[in-house]
Amino acid sequence: MTTTATSSRVFGSGIRRREDPRLLTGTARYTADIVLPGMAYAAILRSPYGHARIRRIDTSRATSAPGVVAVYTGADVTSGLQPIPCAWLLPNANLKIAPYRALATDVVRYVGDAVAVVVAETEYAAYDALELIDVDYEPLAATIDPQKAAASGAPQLHPEAPGNIAFHWTVAGGDIDAAFSSADVTVTDRIIQQRLIPTAMEPRGAVAQFTPATGELTLWNTTQNPHIVRFIMSVVTAVPEDRLRVIAPEVGGGFGSKIAQVQGDFVTAFCSMRLGRPVKWIETRSENYQATTHGRDHVQEVELAATKDGRILGLRCKVWAGMGAYLSTAAPGIPTILHGLMLSGPYNVPAVKEDVYGVYTNTTPVEAYRGAGRPEATFMLERMVDLLADKLNIDPVEIRRRNLIAPFTDGHNVVTGLTYDSGNYQAALDKALAHIGYPELRAEQSKARQSGRYIGIGVVTYVEICGLGPSQVAGAVGFQGGLWESAIVRFHPTGKVHVFIGASPHGQGEETTFAQVVADELGVSVNDVKIVHGDTDNTPMGWGTYGSRTTAVGGAALAVATRKIKDKAKLLASHLLEAAVEDMDYADGKFFVKGSPDKHKTIQDIALMAHVAWNMPKGMEAGLEASSFYDPPNFTYPFGAHIAVVEVAPDTGHVELKRYVAVDDCGPQINPVIVEGQVHGGVVQGVGQALWEEAVYNDSGQLLTGSLSDYAIPRADLLPDITVLSTVTPSPHHPLGVKGIGEAGTIASTCAVYNAVIDALEPFKVGSIRMPMTPERVWRAIKGASA
Amino acid sequence: MTSTVAITVNGRACQRNVEPRLLLVHFLRDAGLTGTKIGCDTSQCGSCTVLMDGIAIKSCTTLAVQADGSQITTIEGLADGGTLNALQEAFWSTHGLQCGFCTPGMVFAAHEILRTHPNPSPEEIRHGLEGNMCRCTGYQNIVRAVQAAAVDPRTAQAGGQR
Repeated sequence: MTTTATSSRVFGSGIRRREDPRLLTGTARYTADIVLPGMAYAAILRSPYGHARIRRIDTSRATSAPGVVAVYTGADVTSGLQPIPCAWLLPNANLKIAPYRALATDVVRYVGDAVAVVVAETEYAAYDALELIDVDYEPLAATIDPQKAAASGAPQLHPEAPGNIAFHWTVAGGDIDAAFSSADVTVTDRIIQQRLIPTAMEPRGAVAQFTPATGELTLWNTTQNPHIVRFIMSVVTAVPEDRLRVIAPEVGGGFGSKIAQVQGDFVTAFCSMRLGRPVKWIETRSENYQATTHGRDHVQEVELAATKDGRILGLRCKVWAGMGAYLSTAAPGIPTILHGLMLSGPYNVPAVKEDVYGVYTNTTPVEAYRGAGRPEATFMLERMVDLLADKLNIDPVEIRRRNLIAPFTDGHNVVTGLTYDSGNYQAALDKALAHIGYPELRAEQSKARQSGRYIGIGVVTYVEICGLGPSQVAGAVGFQGGLWESAIVRFHPTGKVHVFIGASPHGQGEETTFAQVVADELGVSVNDVKIVHGDTDNTPMGWGTYGSRTTAVGGAALAVATRKIKDKAKLLASHLLEAAVEDMDYADGKFFVKGSPDKHKTIQDIALMAHVAWNMPKGMEAGLEASSFYDPPNFTYPFGAHIAVVEVAPDTGHVELKRYVAVDDCGPQINPVIVEGQVHGGVVQGVGQALWEEAVYNDSGQLLTGSLSDYAIPRADLLPDITVLSTVTPSPHHPLGVKGIGEAGTIASTCAVYNAVIDALEPFKVGSIRMPMTPERVWRAIKGASA
Repeated sequence: MTSTVAITVNGRACQRNVEPRLLLVHFLRDAGLTGTKIGCDTSQCGSCTVLMDGIAIKSCTTLAVQADGSQITTIEGLADGGTLNALQEAFWSTHGLQCGFCTPGMVFAAHEILRTHPNPSPEEIRHGLEGNMCRCTGYQNIVRAVQAAAVDPRTAQAGGQR
């Protein structure tokens, strides 16, 4: 282990994860591992066309195939399933929601749109029968690029959304016209934030078990938010929430792709309800690539205004955000609230103006993908700052220093209307520069160029919005839910502790880190605390694990509930010790009378006495348990500085990532080893966007990168070790000071690598290269620039 | 049409009539050994990696009939009761896993690296992991796990049978 505890406190200690033994021995149970008596298997027929009218579906041969139990089409499910709702109703944006059916009825609008389902006794029989369904399609013209789809004359997807415009949202602050009219310099760029496929290693799936005698539906689901699944599943299936149980068993990563419910989830529930027996649907990877949500897909036209000494005056942009063929659950909020409000980043920017057009295209629906809106904002700003530095011939580090917001500990208002909680952006940048040896690196770069080697250095400073968020704000921006989190902390008579949380970690390790928080607060052994999550029948409501919010919001609920327990226990201890409550102290799990440490009761003593209830103070209830529904007063704003060093081979265009240092400030760290792991994974996903990953469609809407042999996620042999460092600036409003770390790496790393590649090619005067910066694109850029 | 296959899985004889097209990974999972994962359909991700006669293979690109007569080791066959083996222990102590889905395959990819390179360099480890995909860890702690397992005395004692 690289990080060891610096104190005996369990909070801040890099202890090993308790999740791991079950994961390392094959005893963990993911959705695909669940087998129920009498279970049947569903396979879904999906559209091979990007846009087509369904003339006729003939299921007769499939229905009579060996082992087939039933075949359903859109006509069958329409009466049983409501359309899949969009749950982020962006206000003041002329939002146009087109109905999204679990199985298409008359028109398919993307390759992967579900058309029919076969239920069979075995998985093999279900897939065999899929090939026997005969669908007569009338192909229609498709539209893929969000900017082109918004132009006049583009093929139209939905009568509800003229011009394919799902919404038009704006954000403005300061006097943007004055910023540009008074500017000494402006820089502009057109940035393609290419479409990405999240690629959680576990594909999506569901097991539905409907019991006709009781009307109860249990759904095992690959989800980041089982309580939201219950909520939405209830709306779509009309099964009342009290008869719906959703279980997120072990979940193999999400990165945003397991927030929304997809067609297959509802189809699986429908089949079980219709057949009265358990039904399992597990998507293949190719199906996952077509049918589970994608991310990013922006066309950005950006202008930045500045003074001649490099001070930013304003940022103005237009964004065409591809939404796919339908609006996924949270989709409208991602390129707007989570993107546009972060436009000014860590800098003093007096004016901003952004227009965002959400556009329907004949592609898989877009949802959150790690960072969700914030990587797109950070990239836009950090790219423009580097262009400004280049134009003014000022070092990219120096230009950032001239614009960074000065350190603050308790609130800073920015031009978009947000109030950042705390920040010390200079400290993070200084630490990254010191570690990488910035002046020496520039000298090395200069020397290397003389021998025909092209080294590039990319610097990014960033701030992100996390810990979503105050529910009042959620409501104001149209999110159809709250954004608090909940925890129940329950002592048992023997002094052991169960904690039930509403959030639903799926690889992040909160079974360990949350136990650390509770153990630290209560002064009990971490091994005596168990965290329970993922089952709506035995956990309190919660809004789920995404947006780096589980620790930032759920962790606060945990701390508040635990402190309530301590308050009650202290009253009981004072009663049992016959001392005034003001005279009681608590340390290391013991209540004692001030000045008489031998006169004490352990928290375990108190837990036992609270349960037997032989001698309670007047009016005090038995038991030792508390809950909290914590609604944060503000968002949290983690920040940091990342530096990438690349070498580009000009003859081949090959980019090698040689060094990477990440300095991230997520406030106090509960478990630094887990924080480091989050940064590793996040950085590598962002590097993937810069160098390798893109979901490519052709003009007719075929997904050309429809499998893992075509879509290039990062591999071990393509990466160097990443250095992970931190600064610690607590959030002033959080009970533990923590901010969240899940997305930080991804938010910063794409532009760090991008800026490094452009920096490496400075002698060739390459202006921009479309991502991913594949060898071919880099080589063409070099040839084009030097031609 | 079915064929009879007899495969020894984690030391236990397992005989079944199977369709010739049945993949080994489905044979294993149907036998209740769901620790072996399916993460793709093109043989890229490596989540299904197991040992066949001591050598790492992808069980999604092997037919059950091809495994007839062989010894298969899955992730369920590594620990000795409650005691993790050297590789499992190394992944645990280096935080070499997050969501855990790729982990069974990664453990066997790591096994293969150490079988062929008892003292691997970081480059050899990264090269050896290229057929296995992980989306959570960025691979760095998996590299550390292989390094940690390489110096575990139990690894040396076990030789090719770790």
